[in-house]
Amino acid sequence: MTAPLVDIKGLSFAWTKADPLLSIDQFTLAPGERLFLRGPSGSGKSTFLGLVCGVLDPQSGALNVAGQDLTRLARHKRDQLRADKMGVIFQMLNLVPYLTVLQNVTLACRFSRPRRARVEAAGGAAQEATRLLAHLGLDDKNLLARKATDLSVGQQQRVAAARALIGAPDLIIADEPTSAVDADNRDRFIDLLLAEATASGAGLIFVSHDGDLAHHFDRAVDLAAINAARQEHLA
Amino acid sequence: MPLASIFGLAWHSVLNRKTAAMLTIFAIALSVCLFLGVEKARKAARAGFDNTISGTDLIVGAPSGQVNLLLYAVFRLGNATAEMSWDAYQTVAARPDIAWAVPVSLGDSHRGYRVMGTSTAYFDHYRFGQGRALELAEGERFDDLFDAVIGADVAKTLGYTIGTPLILTHGLGASGLSDHDNRPFRVAGILKPTGTPVDQTVHISLEGITAIHIGWETGARNPLADNISEEMIRTFDLTPKTVTAAFVGLENRATVLRTRRAINTNRSEPLLAIIPGLALAELWGVVGTAELILLAVSAFVVIVGLVSILTSLLTSLNERRREMSILRATGAGPGTIFTLMAVEAAGLGLAGALLGAGLTQLIFWLGAPFLAAEFGISLIRTGLGLIDLYTIGAVTLAAFLLGCGPAYAASHRSLADGLTIKM
Repeated sequence: MTAPLVDIKGLSFAWTKADPLLSIDQFTLAPGERLFLRGPSGSGKSTFLGLVCGVLDPQSGALNVAGQDLTRLARHKRDQLRADKMGVIFQMLNLVPYLTVLQNVTLACRFSRPRRARVEAAGGAAQEATRLLAHLGLDDKNLLARKATDLSVGQQQRVAAARALIGAPDLIIADEPTSAVDADNRDRFIDLLLAEATASGAGLIFVSHDGDLAHHFDRAVDLAAINAARQEHLA
Repeated sequence: MPLASIFGLAWHSVLNRKTAAMLTIFAIALSVCLFLGVEKARKAARAGFDNTISGTDLIVGAPSGQVNLLLYAVFRLGNATAEMSWDAYQTVAARPDIAWAVPVSLGDSHRGYRVMGTSTAYFDHYRFGQGRALELAEGERFDDLFDAVIGADVAKTLGYTIGTPLILTHGLGASGLSDHDNRPFRVAGILKPTGTPVDQTVHISLEGITAIHIGWETGARNPLADNISEEMIRTFDLTPKTVTAAFVGLENRATVLRTRRAINTNRSEPLLAIIPGLALAELWGVVGTAELILLAVSAFVVIVGLVSILTSLLTSLNERRREMSILRATGAGPGTIFTLMAVEAAGLGLAGALLGAGLTQLIFWLGAPFLAAEFGISLIRTGLGLIDLYTIGAVTLAAFLLGCGPAYAASHRSLADGLTIKM
């Protein structure tokens, strides 16, 4: 049996001791699985992603990502794991404003030697960035040299997707990436993202409060259903 | 993360805020320029003064003050309040402990340059720098009554060559009504550059000084004197009645204090003998405190310039939180965030310091002829030196250290923010 890409057991997290936000008994994501994580605003979705990314520390529990127990890893090793094996897409303002599209797409390669090596093996940073952007519907050759701030919101989201996908990471984390995009572009963006994630074999956690998107994914999970802390709170 | 990548990110980040960055760099550059300018001008002035005279054991003149005598006799700055009689000069020159004496007479000018009457012994005994003698670039020493030997700057600025006629002006005013235009001189020799006030001096004979003042006994020109021909003047006894000062060399330098005391206690006419080195030391003692204050003020200006980096970084912290979150999401650790901001600060400091040092060189290069012509200050050896390197290094280091505060705040905040910004 293949080991899960993300494996959480008995995890709890609270910003303050008096108000626990997350208490997850069991959660797994298989390699290559495309998961839709649903939840209303304030339910702890972004916090959950912060924990999986290793930028937040849980108070207790086990949190394994790509075979590494994040609760036992030093902070700099978690940063390195994120650079090597993860890609993140935010809701909006995804790009570093002073970098070009190419520099934004290849940003993670600056922080990760293995990722850089994978990109080099695939033909080099510019070629791989061009390929990914073309697959995501941005096939204008002049785009690479343009400033990130010169793009539309939809274009910026696709550039962010290319940045998350470059270097074939094991896990893509998307935090409501379509909330600022209109309905037509939203579905197109999700289809492209899913196609690229499938092509590279990456697992995907796609977070949104919009349950209508769930049909695009292999599995949908309601955060409230797995979060005992909120259930107790609501009870 | 490789340091080259951090430098690259920092470079792009600064370019993104280029207007603010340029203003910060300019503020630092101006402050560094002020600091280096003050320091270099101070050193150049000292070096220039120290190099102006050597090998002269005593300078003798009418009693005033030793700094005053040094300034007007050697540096052509200011005027003598009194003169010493020719008899007193001869008495001094005849002393057995004195090897040589050169009289000088000042007071007239030519197009802003001082005219100095002296004897040809001046060219034999006057030394500057490390004992260097005056050398002629062209022509010869004055031989005729109306010959002039001009300094290198006079020749270069006025475009004079051998044989060029020149009209001297009575006193130090502008050319015009007080010109000695009835007694024209001609350039007989041009001296090689010395980097001293000699370069801005027109040298003529003492007899020449006497000759041009025939008819000026009342202080104003007597038109009747114009009728006296040059041939007739040459028949006159043109021995001067007074001189401004005398440069003196001793037979034995060990007797300098005794000789000075003997001259200073001369009974027939009050005289003042000074040792050039001691007078310079007194001069530096007088101006030393002012120099120190000026240097301290300029150092504070540099600090103010550096604080502009701090202001620039602190005001950008909030607007850059998203940028830091993106960097964190792509794998940048807090250390990278810290280094990025500190490198930015150091880069701004370095750019400002380099620009400031370059600006100083430019200003000195452009201003050197003016300072030399107007104040006789030669900005020698003011090229890039250790002081520039130390200043550039210190400003860069200080900028880096100042940047550590905002850098720590940014890295600390990026930890708290995680992937989402909490306002």
